[in-house]
Amino acid sequence: MTKEEVENGSDEMLIDGPDQGNASPGGFNPNYLKVYYGRLFPYADIFKWMSYGNDGKHPACDKSYFGRREFSFTLDNDIYLRFQSFNSLTELENSIREKCPFKIDIGPVYSVDPAKRHAYAQGGDNVFAPVERELIFDIDITDYDDVRYCCSGADVCLECWPLMTVAVKVIDTTLRDDFGFNHILWVYSGRRGVHCWVCDGKARRLTNEQRGAIADYFRVYKGNENSNKKVSLPGPVLHPFLVRSYTEVLREFFEEKLLSSQNMFSTEDRYEKILSMIPDESVTSELREKWQENRRSSNSKDINVSRWEQLKHMLQSGKHKAPGLRRCVEEIVFAFTYPRLDMEVSKHMNHLLKAPFCVHPKTGHVCIPIDPNNCDEFDPTAVPTISELLQELNTGASRTDDNNEWDKTSLGKSIRFFRSSFLQPLLKSCKEEMEGSYSAKLQQTKNSLSW
Amino acid sequence: MEIVGTQRTRTNPLNDVVSALPLYRSAPPLEVRLEDFELFAMDRLRVLKGLSDGLSRGKKPEEMEKLANDLWHANMRHPEASEVVNKDLISHFVLRLVYCRTEDLRKWFLSMETALFRYRFRRKSSEAQRALMAEFELPCKAVSSSEFKSVEDKLAQVARSIGQPLSTADAIFYKVPFEEVPELVAGRRVFVHKGHAYVAMHQVVSLVVTQFRSNLSKALILTNRKWTSTIREQEKDRLTPIVEALCTSYLGPDYSQPKEFGEISIKDLDQVAKSSFPLCMRHLFDKLREDHHLKHGGRMQLGLFLKGVGLKLEDALAFWKAEFSQKVGGERFDKEYAYNVRHNYGKEGKRTDYTPYSCQKIISLTPGVGDHHGCPYRHFSEENLRAALGRMGVGSHAVEDVMDKVRNRHYQLACTLMFEAIHSSSCDAGINHPNQYFSDSQKILQSKSNASGTA
Repeated sequence: MTKEEVENGSDEMLIDGPDQGNASPGGFNPNYLKVYYGRLFPYADIFKWMSYGNDGKHPACDKSYFGRREFSFTLDNDIYLRFQSFNSLTELENSIREKCPFKIDIGPVYSVDPAKRHAYAQGGDNVFAPVERELIFDIDITDYDDVRYCCSGADVCLECWPLMTVAVKVIDTTLRDDFGFNHILWVYSGRRGVHCWVCDGKARRLTNEQRGAIADYFRVYKGNENSNKKVSLPGPVLHPFLVRSYTEVLREFFEEKLLSSQNMFSTEDRYEKILSMIPDESVTSELREKWQENRRSSNSKDINVSRWEQLKHMLQSGKHKAPGLRRCVEEIVFAFTYPRLDMEVSKHMNHLLKAPFCVHPKTGHVCIPIDPNNCDEFDPTAVPTISELLQELNTGASRTDDNNEWDKTSLGKSIRFFRSSFLQPLLKSCKEEMEGSYSAKLQQTKNSLSW
Repeated sequence: MEIVGTQRTRTNPLNDVVSALPLYRSAPPLEVRLEDFELFAMDRLRVLKGLSDGLSRGKKPEEMEKLANDLWHANMRHPEASEVVNKDLISHFVLRLVYCRTEDLRKWFLSMETALFRYRFRRKSSEAQRALMAEFELPCKAVSSSEFKSVEDKLAQVARSIGQPLSTADAIFYKVPFEEVPELVAGRRVFVHKGHAYVAMHQVVSLVVTQFRSNLSKALILTNRKWTSTIREQEKDRLTPIVEALCTSYLGPDYSQPKEFGEISIKDLDQVAKSSFPLCMRHLFDKLREDHHLKHGGRMQLGLFLKGVGLKLEDALAFWKAEFSQKVGGERFDKEYAYNVRHNYGKEGKRTDYTPYSCQKIISLTPGVGDHHGCPYRHFSEENLRAALGRMGVGSHAVEDVMDKVRNRHYQLACTLMFEAIHSSSCDAGINHPNQYFSDSQKILQSKSNASGTA
């Protein structure tokens, strides 16, 4: 965080609360959160979204739907409240305002109201179970620590953030073109990654096995800490999905951007890491010799680019016929750029994921949506922080319209994007689906399976 | 299905038309003698158990197919040819009752019955296969020739990527919602476009198996409801004891409750880790001591194992805290990690008392960046595995034997060989569970120390 922001943070005290000692560098402070939840958090949009059209008047509406959704709150003192549920927008709003959670997580829709799960558990019959859940993806920059040299851990800068952008592009295209999903929300996690919510009805009703299949479809990353080869791309040719990801996104990003921005061949330990992915001693020793010699050569060309060209030339020239070696170029590119998913999050219905528009308690950043079509322009360091928003509220025009106070802050753009690009098309298709299934339901016959 | 006493014989033999392979849609309208009820079920269990062992040893599909066939013929015969099909049906429905009763039992039964069905299906003629497909009323249609042309190069690309080049003769493809063929999607063995998977004729077994699995899964839930609501009580003097015994007699201990050695204290941990932890746990344990941190998968695998070994909740908290606090500080441990430990002991969240991972589970895990869990025999590179085996202190001869098993993907056999090399003692049952490794090891060590004590 910049120094200005720290100072702004303390200027903010005129808005609320005497508790200056708690302000963190990102301008986060529990008292700010009260104002944020009081005046800015878009309750109605979250409610509309999570209702999926069931808050309407149509006879097919399931009135219990929203109330069976699990919310969970992390409070100031690290008290963790799971299985919260709400029957209306007002209940949701009142509870959040009152408890002022540092973090709001969203879980699945259960078969019964999660707050009353113990009452149902008495029967012994296992009726408390998740029945619907968005297909979710969680990508975290900390999982890229072995391939980025600019930052490590939770830190992220404009040099490594594009790794996230690449992940958004690859996954978004695949979800739409291959799996046919349309209602996809991308959200900045507030600090070091992105979350993806796939909200089509079909996606919400996937079984764990089907979720696992999608996650595995994305998996190319087989390595763990105890094996050298991080990416394995077997088979004589690549699957069309991998070819598309490679030719449309990964190769260009790797060659045009990452090579130089991460200085991937500039030092011995860096290029040794890449050489270790090549399973041919003669190739690696030849390259190593070259590179050790011309360490000081003041070639006008970027050393990273020229060394990469040499490596590619060696592997792809006619000299080495082994197909495994030609594949090595692709494997290296994949190892450095291909999205690294937290698989477990996607595979199971009952994983919780942080709600959009939460405020990250360490950075003060609001978890705003990312437009996948313009994700190159997304700048994590320019995401509005809670203290900036409150200042905008303070200096903005007088309070005329209480419902849309966010409109006069820099959060307005994000909420308008959320509505127009995600929420409205989603609700439209929910309505169509509801009307379609209603007529089908009327004639549904009873299922008579016996044991 | 009606169960009768010994004196009555079957009166209404099955007269439905039976297809090549039963789909077990509904219980057969048969009377079953009480002893057949139990005996048939035992025979089928031997088949399923055999399959389960085969899978956990990492047998390849072709080997599994042969194994399934052998097991079936060894166990599912009947002296009267006409009764073979009935035995198949009866045993299946009895085991449904046995295995409907908990989530874990259902899961196991579901995967084994599905595996069995898969291998039996693959042995059928293509006519029989098509007949079965028709019987399932699958939601798929053959791809028209004009559509085929439009995606032909993609289909060819996928075919080549899985090493089964597209032959024009085999060019029948079915277009199905991708949800219907999860295993083909997971392995990227099909072209997926706009929500549909293009399934080649030689892949239809996946379609059929998915359908079979889904039907059985739903049926097991219903069976469970019937069991808890009526059957258990009605049959409490007759079938219930048989049903309950059938599953416990077989599944083996799950090590959720440490019994044999009671408790273990923190100060003994290093000692027993050295002497009695299998490589997977030893590795996690050492890494934890070294890095003062483990990612979630590692915490689960080691944490539940330690619970099974007999580490009490309070000691577990102290143990994890002692390590983690060196890295993240004690306060952050209390905030972020303690919940996890209590959760494993069933003190948080769903309050399930989680059971330690079995070998089968650990082998099936997929450790990623920064992860140390999983089965070393499966997940380590050869070089790292050799180094790790060396640290366990076994001779190079034994290491070669172990590596040989690993190359053939017999991970549990590799672990068994390690056990035998370390303890200089045979382990006939094989290693199926890290906690079993531990308790077998402790037994041997104790008998040795007793022997030397009295000598």
